[in-house]
Amino acid sequence: MQFSEQWLRSMVNPALDTAQLGHALTMAGLEVEDLTAVAPAFQRIVVAEILETAKHPGADRLQVCKVNVGGEVLQIVCGASNARAGLKAPCALVGAELPGISIKQAKVRGIESFGMMCSAKELGIAAEASGLLELPADAPVGQDIREYLDLNDHTYTLKLTPNRADCLSILGIARDVVAMTGAPIQVPAIQAAVVNSNQSKAVNVTASEACPAYYGRVVEGVNAQAPTPDWMIRRLERSGIRSISALVDITNYVLLELGQPLHAFDLNLLQGDIQVRFARAGEKLSLLNDTEVTLKADDLVIADSNGAVALAGIMGGKPTSVTDKTHSIFLESAFFTPDTLAGKARRLGLSTDSSYRFERGVDFGNTSQALERATALVLEICGGSAGPITSATAQLPERKQVSLRYERLISVLGIEISAAQVGQLLTQLGFVFSESNGVFKVSAPSFRFDIAREEDLIEEVARLHGYEHIPALTPVASQGMLAAPEAKRSHDRLRDVMVQQGYQEVITYSFVDAAWERDLYANHQPIALKNPIASNLSVMRSGLWGGLLDTLSYNLNRQQSRAMLFELGSRYLRQAQGYTETLVLSGLCYGNVLPEQWGSAARQFDFYDAKAHVEALFANTVRFVSELHPALHPGQSARIYMGDKAVGWLGKLHPQWQQQYQLTQACFLFEIDVAAIQTKQVPVYQEVSKFLPVRRDLAMVVDQNISAQAMIEAIIAEQIPQLQTVKLFDVYQGKGVPENKKSLAFLVLMQDTAKTMVDEEVDTILSQILKNWSSNFSAVLR
Amino acid sequence: MADLTPLIAEAQQDFANCHDVTALENAKAKYLGKSGALTEALKGLGKLSAEERPAAGAAINVVKQSVEQALNARRDSILAAEQAKQLASESIDVTLPARAQAAGGLHPVTLTLRRVEELFHSIGFSVANGPEIETDFYNFTALNIPDNHPARAMHDTFYVDNGTDSMEHVLRTHTSPVQVHYMETNTPPLKIIAPGRVYRVDSDATHSPMFHQVEGLWVDEQISFANLKGVVQDFLQKFFERDDLTVRFRPSFFPFTEPSAEMDMSWNGGWLEIGGCGMVHPEVLKHVNIDSEKYRGFAFGLGVERLAMLRYGVNDLRHFFNNDLRFLQQFIK
Repeated sequence: MQFSEQWLRSMVNPALDTAQLGHALTMAGLEVEDLTAVAPAFQRIVVAEILETAKHPGADRLQVCKVNVGGEVLQIVCGASNARAGLKAPCALVGAELPGISIKQAKVRGIESFGMMCSAKELGIAAEASGLLELPADAPVGQDIREYLDLNDHTYTLKLTPNRADCLSILGIARDVVAMTGAPIQVPAIQAAVVNSNQSKAVNVTASEACPAYYGRVVEGVNAQAPTPDWMIRRLERSGIRSISALVDITNYVLLELGQPLHAFDLNLLQGDIQVRFARAGEKLSLLNDTEVTLKADDLVIADSNGAVALAGIMGGKPTSVTDKTHSIFLESAFFTPDTLAGKARRLGLSTDSSYRFERGVDFGNTSQALERATALVLEICGGSAGPITSATAQLPERKQVSLRYERLISVLGIEISAAQVGQLLTQLGFVFSESNGVFKVSAPSFRFDIAREEDLIEEVARLHGYEHIPALTPVASQGMLAAPEAKRSHDRLRDVMVQQGYQEVITYSFVDAAWERDLYANHQPIALKNPIASNLSVMRSGLWGGLLDTLSYNLNRQQSRAMLFELGSRYLRQAQGYTETLVLSGLCYGNVLPEQWGSAARQFDFYDAKAHVEALFANTVRFVSELHPALHPGQSARIYMGDKAVGWLGKLHPQWQQQYQLTQACFLFEIDVAAIQTKQVPVYQEVSKFLPVRRDLAMVVDQNISAQAMIEAIIAEQIPQLQTVKLFDVYQGKGVPENKKSLAFLVLMQDTAKTMVDEEVDTILSQILKNWSSNFSAVLR
Repeated sequence: MADLTPLIAEAQQDFANCHDVTALENAKAKYLGKSGALTEALKGLGKLSAEERPAAGAAINVVKQSVEQALNARRDSILAAEQAKQLASESIDVTLPARAQAAGGLHPVTLTLRRVEELFHSIGFSVANGPEIETDFYNFTALNIPDNHPARAMHDTFYVDNGTDSMEHVLRTHTSPVQVHYMETNTPPLKIIAPGRVYRVDSDATHSPMFHQVEGLWVDEQISFANLKGVVQDFLQKFFERDDLTVRFRPSFFPFTEPSAEMDMSWNGGWLEIGGCGMVHPEVLKHVNIDSEKYRGFAFGLGVERLAMLRYGVNDLRHFFNNDLRFLQQFIK
């Protein structure tokens, strides 16, 4: 909502300067988004009349003018093409300061000049101008231009919240200024027009619930070509509305002044009676904005006997609109309920000043008054004779009494305010109330659509009391300790594990390129957005690798040569019913294991580096099983299992995608369910043996494809009580080991908690192990 | 019996001429070896009479002890010198850089959230979470924003495409739905913050289509609007470590709170908008079966990137999601 300060001050003029008034509005909840002066702060510019002009002897484009500035005639050199004798235009006198120009007595190409004739652009009141600002012939010569053009004004732009529809007019804002300052209000006097025409139109409202008040009247014999008065044009323009024609300007003016949308039809283009009804499905209507809409059965229309002529409360129809040729009009002022209009304009893509107000709530107590106000302006500006008002009214919205308990108010707000002050604030708001036993029974006026319950009144009292006067108080409450399960590690703990290993956390978008989903996750039906912000951000990620690879590329293009990146975030999956989100921790490492340094030979990351990073995250035992993943190298890809549950992936980026992402080196990726790495066991003490452990090393020759992990698991499954550890410590291929075989060296630690183990016991265990390996893996002791 | 005393000086001189342990052991033999001078002298005692023997034996022992003392002293000295030499040869340039992995670090949004969580945790707030793909119901309706409410136009909502006209699922436009989820499954008193990603169809220098909010909710029997101001002001003072920070409330409108306020924070002589807040609307409490006569609460929402920008002096929102390592690595230490 944009408006002129002077217009507001014509209704209420508190003792606040422009900035103070803006602050007061903001602090009352009518946030001033923008405040600008109508004109720069210049002085010494007056209305002047060019008496005569002569060609400049030394320059073709310049004229030497004799200019009457009121009281004296000055010689002024002027380059504007429209400078001519008899023209009235602004003149900056010597000493005037304009934006970027100081006016001095000067010689222009050898001719003395005592001022400057000005264009609107030079005055800073228009962005562009061609020539001098032409003033009307009756402009008083010598008058200060600020006064003449009423330039001592500002425009305020309010960012109004949807609940404050009552402030979508000068009158509404004025009422709130009255409520907040106590200054008196001066509403424009509205008197019923003298009816001296018997022309009228019958009004028949069939949708009376949607339109409980409809007033209309004919004004015949209007001059549709009458010029709109300057003061009205100015007020409209400073409120962001362009002048179109007097009749349209008047309806817009009343809309801004009183908040009541109006519509003027060309009477002679209407056939038969006026009807207010819901549209017939499929009914078509050509609108003022040159579009044609096909209506639905819940669209409310104004119709004549030929069909719909206006989309009620949203926009008038083109065929019946007023034009230069209009002689008689039918003026409409109606109340359409917010429920009827809600969402309609958005559906049709037609948000208008009218629909914006109706869907938020227009004062239904002012419908006929607004019609009288518009009538008076039409008669004043366009002439004509007013006919009698025809109307159709039904049950208007009820304003039920709302109770406000003083005690509740005090305790909800936490402020000190007396009951008498509360009553005073309610009065300032124009609310009618009675009070007994600490309960105010309040009825809101017809212009307020946001007072339906106690909290609405508490908010109003708080607002006028002043939010800045609400103290900042620390709550007093009982407080038990918060739960902190020891067997669950926090997200922060997991992040710290990554950081300590040298990883940098990144945060990438949840929506990604559909190609990433297809390539990296073989996800051909990703969760898509109906309205993505860009085509490469159009689907929800089912994994985080795309974002990590994109971040890697971004940084490689900026002179980075290695990267260790991780992200902890959600992936999104479609389910039979709705969607699920699971948190994963994903990582990527690329380039050399260590940054370039003197003390370590350069070496690139490999699978086992990444595996170490992954294992550091787990507090539980996990298994790595060779499985295929679309993003990963088939020979260097492992699925991670915790017990029977698959909890993640680890592997080398498939060379195909490595090439596609233009990565010169191998890239290792992992992605793990956060829930799996959050779990840990609360430690349970085990007896520490007093006896020395026995170590035996076993070097086994097996086929190349045998999994060391499987061999270890096979021994653990034997559940030998004295067996403490079986661990791989060497892998060897080469001389002494047949081709396609490998030698795996295991250390076996055995210990008894009750006694020192004797050789026979040790040998029994070792032979049990060797037997197992021999039968399950054809392993031979080397 | 000859006076053996001069042997002491002689041995001292011999030992002093030795510069390593081997030479010293060789020199020792001349005095204390099998046929060394002192060993021979002791052997000669047997030839003396019983009367002479004790005095002569004592005299020899005095000399022997002195020689041994000189030997030990010299040995210690040689070993010390050898060790010093060894240590000198082992010295390194301690100023060379450490053999090290490059430091990792947290994203500034995480640093900020961690700080927010720690501060609220210190007064008993738990962290709650909710889905980012929300239903229309939780994102709007349960928060008292019915269909066609003009407030929906304030949210530039991303809609999820399920292949039909359905507008049932949205990317949450705020963290407020977490309030509803939490209140559905927990009973008052409640104290939570809900940090997380939110989404709006908006992208320019000052808007990102994805950003982070942290929602706060405190529901109890005696919670007031003044308490809301108190908690937010306390938080901001502690977060920015500035006791002079004050919070200003401005009347505003959110369908899920009433009274509602925009929160401004005093900053370098002016006011900065940092979020919205208010008393939880009775309609919201009604949706989750909490008696609004008995309980009331406050809720607030803060922009996390905004806090991070002010805290760390970051001047462009877009840095947070470009993930340029040169930017991120500034937050490592």
